Amino acid sequence: MTTSTNLVYLIALPLFSSALLLLLGRIADKWGHIFATLISASVFAVALIEFFAMQGRDGLARPATQKIFEWISVGSLHVDASLLLDQLSICFVLLISGVGTLIHVYSIAYMSHDHDRRRFFAYLNFFIAAMLLLVLGDSYLNLYVGWEGVGLASYLLIGFWNQKPAYATAAKKAFVANRVGDVGLSLAIMIAFTQFGTVTFAGVKEGAHGASAAALTAIGAALLLAAAGKSAQFPLQSWLGDAMAGPTPVSALIHAATMVTAGVYLITRSNFIFDASPTAQLMVVSVGAITLLFGAVIGTAKDDIKKALAASTMSQIGYMILATGLGPVGYAFAIMHLLTHGFFKAGMFLGAGSVMHGMNDEVNMRRYGAIRKVMPITAATFGLGYLAILGVPPFAGFYSKDKIIETAFNAGGAKGILLGGAALLGAAVTAFYMTRVIVLTFTGTKRWDENAKPHESPILMWAPMAVLALGSVTSGFLLSSGGALVNWLQPIVNENHENHAEEFLPPLVVSLMALVVIAIGVALAVFKYRTVPLVAPTNVSVFTKAARNDLYQDSFNEAVFMRPGQKLTSGLVKTDYKVIDGLLRMIGWIIQTSSTAVRSIQSGFVRSYALIMVLGVLALVVMVWLVTL
Amino acid sequence: MDVSNYVYLSALLFTIGAIGVVVRRNAIVIFMCVELMLNAANLAFVTFSRIHGNLSGQVASFFTMVVAACEVVVGLAIIVAIYRSRRSASVDDASLLKR
Repeated sequence: MTTSTNLVYLIALPLFSSALLLLLGRIADKWGHIFATLISASVFAVALIEFFAMQGRDGLARPATQKIFEWISVGSLHVDASLLLDQLSICFVLLISGVGTLIHVYSIAYMSHDHDRRRFFAYLNFFIAAMLLLVLGDSYLNLYVGWEGVGLASYLLIGFWNQKPAYATAAKKAFVANRVGDVGLSLAIMIAFTQFGTVTFAGVKEGAHGASAAALTAIGAALLLAAAGKSAQFPLQSWLGDAMAGPTPVSALIHAATMVTAGVYLITRSNFIFDASPTAQLMVVSVGAITLLFGAVIGTAKDDIKKALAASTMSQIGYMILATGLGPVGYAFAIMHLLTHGFFKAGMFLGAGSVMHGMNDEVNMRRYGAIRKVMPITAATFGLGYLAILGVPPFAGFYSKDKIIETAFNAGGAKGILLGGAALLGAAVTAFYMTRVIVLTFTGTKRWDENAKPHESPILMWAPMAVLALGSVTSGFLLSSGGALVNWLQPIVNENHENHAEEFLPPLVVSLMALVVIAIGVALAVFKYRTVPLVAPTNVSVFTKAARNDLYQDSFNEAVFMRPGQKLTSGLVKTDYKVIDGLLRMIGWIIQTSSTAVRSIQSGFVRSYALIMVLGVLALVVMVWLVTL
Repeated sequence: MDVSNYVYLSALLFTIGAIGVVVRRNAIVIFMCVELMLNAANLAFVTFSRIHGNLSGQVASFFTMVVAACEVVVGLAIIVAIYRSRRSASVDDASLLKR
């Protein structure tokens, strides 16, 4: 452990900039975007300095901490607002600030026609601050603050154009779905506190050794619920598609590269809990496997380019979650896939944004076609991202995704075959839907609107795309050469140097199998989309209809949760009105009617008062007389 | 003559006064009836003073007279004020407080 004094700047800088831009208002319109971008770049610089400093230290001295202040000290609960930068968090910090800075640069051009650009940048900076707090917090409670912060940033940015009611609804939907997950996180924190008396990662890790299996499973399940909410995993996946209502840079940064991977971070960070609870691990791999297929299937039927990419994100995060459920060997591959995915998916989203920018914000891929001729740079960067997500060697996805498939097969027994098979099938479907996106958008014939005049985007937009494309090409090789990332993360996620001794399938066979299914997927897509009708055909199979409707996730949620929930609340309101309020109203009614009756005694006639007084005195006299008799 | 007769007289006067207060409407008459009741009490005080052979009762009757004098001053002023505003000295007309 080393103490550092720089960590707080990682969060304070963007937070300050965000507050400044929001408080200054229109005064900052002229320079707000430049300022925010510079702040983001300086955060990246601090992150780089810390990264190299960490590399210079060795072994146990690598993690750095900084205590900012004593936050809570109540009874036996002591929580410091302190930060922890270890081998795991630095990966995230570099990804968030690096990709974040690129997307800030991109947004300068992308949002140049929006008169609320300053507010947009303020929110982006706020997001960076919250996300960094999420990955830097040294306890579950600190993480929770960042967790809620990114939820707020996501809500604000999805609903950035909230003048359109549909977008405002999408923001609200994301917020509510996230809230369900947040319940899981707060439950996990509470259980951890009651079990271990502390909520720091180190304390919980220590306590987890001697904890009961039931408690660990409960914490694991609650954490998984939290991860499912934030990372759009089954069964809380429905918000991500609608979250595409936000501006495209937001989709790239928050809903592809960083925030939605917070669930993977949470599970990886809590590896000591999941490693000790096979039941929780089984839940994790099930959720991962279901979601990776779920997202892939939805991706095959979406005509909206951003929604297709969103479904793909859901599916890729499914891969990561699957990997985190595979025990100590899986975490490093999950993080590796997370990092490579951060590059190629952010790059592809920015590419989609670039296409939309040139096509009057058209998102329907059936109205695209042959765009590679007018936007060669966008097409090239998107293509590199495409090769990376498919897992074609030597692009990034090959190194990360094949490792996950391999590890899944190695899980052993029927479970291994099932998970490996699901991952392999997912790879084939991924190849199909990504090829579909490429074919519909960049090749084939023009199907544009006659008003559309597509043109290549300005350098401020294509330069970040180029950098991300470079990452999509090289990051996989760099991260895996010599087991770089695996060794780097070993002290955090795999202390005991565990490795699966038996290999179900040798890596080469897995890679070959993956390549074969990918080739099949690509060939199917190319064959199927030789001609593209302008309007989606309606006489399609049940499965296509289901996929177009997001596999009826919304209808399911509506029928199972929303309507009964509404019935329950309206029933409760009625009960409250009739029973609880009714009781109180009855008391009021009794007093009112009885006092109306009694009030008539007060006639206002002095003589009747005098008479009553006389009678009263007489009565008293009689009583005294009777008593003394 | 038996001293207790004064007590009976006092009780009689008091009753007449009380009945007058209850049955008459004119404020002046009611006022006079109240005076009658006070004087009935005075008579009782003096009588009991005589029976017990000390002066406490007689002193109390002086107090009563002083209070009665004050009461007359205030009471008549109120009656005159009410009469001026309402052109009536009937106590039943001044029954607005019931609302």
